[in-house]
Amino acid sequence: MAEVKLNSVRKIYPNGAEAVTPSSFHIQDGEFVVLVGPSGCGKSTLLRMIAGLEEITEGELMIGDRVVNHTDPADRDIAMVFQNYALYPHMTVKKNIAYGLKNRKTPGDEIERKVAEAAQMLNLGDYLDRKPSQLSGGQRQRVAMGRAIVRDPALFLFDEPLSNLDAKLRNQMRIEIKALQRRLGVTSIYVTHDQVEAMTMADRIIVLNGGRIEQIGSPSEIYHNPTSTFVASFMGAPPMNLLDARIADGTVQLDGGAHVAAAPNGKTGPVTLGIRPEDVKLDAAGALHFDIDLIEELGAHRLLHGKVAGQPFTTHLLKDVTVEPGRHGVRIDPSKLCLFDTTGSRL
Amino acid sequence: MVDISVTRTARRPIRWTVLLDHAVLIAGSLFMLLPLLIVLQTTTMPDTDIIQHGPQLKIGDQFDENLQKAMVQASGFSGENTGLRMMLNSFILGLGFAFGKIVLGMMAAYALVYFRLRFATIAFWLIFTTLLLPLEVRILPSYKVVQNLGMLNTYHGLIVPLIASATATFFFRQFFRSVPEELVEAARIDGAGPVKFFVDILVPLSQTMIAAMFIIMFVYGWNQYLWPTMITTEESMYTLVRGIKQITQVLEGAAVPEFGRSNLLAIIAVVPPVAIVIFFQSWFVKGLTESDK
Ligand SMILES: Nc1ncnc2c1ncn2[C@@H]1O[C@H](COP(=O)(O)OP(=O)(O)OP(=O)(O)O)[C@@H](O)[C@H]1O
Ligand SMILES: [Mg+2]
Repeated sequence: MAEVKLNSVRKIYPNGAEAVTPSSFHIQDGEFVVLVGPSGCGKSTLLRMIAGLEEITEGELMIGDRVVNHTDPADRDIAMVFQNYALYPHMTVKKNIAYGLKNRKTPGDEIERKVAEAAQMLNLGDYLDRKPSQLSGGQRQRVAMGRAIVRDPALFLFDEPLSNLDAKLRNQMRIEIKALQRRLGVTSIYVTHDQVEAMTMADRIIVLNGGRIEQIGSPSEIYHNPTSTFVASFMGAPPMNLLDARIADGTVQLDGGAHVAAAPNGKTGPVTLGIRPEDVKLDAAGALHFDIDLIEELGAHRLLHGKVAGQPFTTHLLKDVTVEPGRHGVRIDPSKLCLFDTTGSRL
Repeated sequence: MVDISVTRTARRPIRWTVLLDHAVLIAGSLFMLLPLLIVLQTTTMPDTDIIQHGPQLKIGDQFDENLQKAMVQASGFSGENTGLRMMLNSFILGLGFAFGKIVLGMMAAYALVYFRLRFATIAFWLIFTTLLLPLEVRILPSYKVVQNLGMLNTYHGLIVPLIASATATFFFRQFFRSVPEELVEAARIDGAGPVKFFVDILVPLSQTMIAAMFIIMFVYGWNQYLWPTMITTEESMYTLVRGIKQITQVLEGAAVPEFGRSNLLAIIAVVPPVAIVIFFQSWFVKGLTESDK
């Protein structure tokens, strides 16, 4: 178990592309941190630098109290689970799990015991003598997990481990991985581009965008207090509504002239107004007009898509309320409002 | 239950294209096999008969005797180049050749694919261009080198100069490049160093490829003619392919060349390569077409 510290860690690939701008963060012992961001934002690069599979161009990386910039992956006391599992195809499940221990000259009986323990924890007991090609995707994923946990590493690294599974299995494995991590208490860094995975699994989320850390915070901080329009629109499904507005006469006004809320002191000019779909209420007496075009039925609730002041807008409606397409009044809870300046950062 | 098997017994109409396909295949096989059959026929006849009448349609009674002569009787002065001895030599050449080429090719490909060598690409193309320089082109310098090293009439002299192989290196390189990168990384994290990764992971993964290479190279080595002829002057070192010629070449005045014996040896020389191809056929196809990953 260990802390992980990054000090202005930067990655420039040999072709000159800066995949990760100097980034610093500090992961506590036992914490589950999720790195999330769109495709190509540098998540894997960051993770692979921590794993030692990619050289660090600049900066300092500490795992525990050691600087490991130049330490071999095998000596960093880490275990990694890959997107395509990366199981050794010619070895049985048992040998796959034991391989890392064997290379570390662990005594045979201890290997036996640890493999049995891991197999039991992951429900792999019946498959120990099979080859990976004879397993389902979920089972392979578990073997990859087993290979990681038998080593008792100080740090788990996951690179989109669930993206090859179907939706249902993904939900199940998500819970299993999280529970396992809780039980073992091993510091973990988990890479995903799926914001649902990030929200549900993380103790803390690091949102990356274009090789830059956009925001670091707990899932609820990230969700309720995004520091930029990027985070606001990336996290949450459906994402936060973002409307062009302006501040004039001490109030925030939409383009159509509707007054939404009192403005923060001393600001004027154009802003972006953000509001989560569930923080909008249908209310005939509301100040805003919402033209509903489309109603999306989701079972437990509905999503209403349409336009407010000529801009795309979505709200959230519980299942026992019915509504017809057309013009409706809506009310926004001013305390839930987020305002961003024209560059996209939070006011 | 309703019996629905009736429909299955219905005669399929004869399809002419199928017949044609088979006719082509049969014609092809006959074309390849007939010469062998003719040679086989002559092995049953007395040598004088062959010289008088050539190949015939009857089967004689000399097979046993010819077999006896072919396998245990020597033709030279030293009495060491019996059929059995030559067969052993051929096996040593074939196996050593195949084994050497595979080991060398795999290791070269390993270095080219997995290590950040500064001139890896250039090295690869240099190796590749040696395909344009087969043994026949460089036979004199090769001979000189082997002679200076005192390796004439030795097994290593026979094998070593032949085993540097662009073909094997090329095939293994292509194969290694198709092994997923993540596998290498997983092994690195699992603490497998370069040698361990090669032995524990890459070699087992290459099984089918190795088998395919083995077949090709064994047959290639077994059939070597020019090089053994140059390198071996002692009769105990003769290989089959080289030794057969010696038999028909005896220039003892008016003696009849031993056609029966040499033809039987020719047949025997064909058998091991054919057997290997037949036995390892499925591996062969697998190795060259699919990868077990
Ligand atoms: N070996 C490389 N050489 C040069 N550029 C690279 C290399 N690997 C990745 N990149 C670039 O670095 C950036 C970050 O890549 P990275 O693989 O970290 O993205 P990612 O966030 O993991 O994306 P995804 O979600 O698609 O896996 C990308 O723009 C990519 O093109
Ligand atoms: Mg990635």
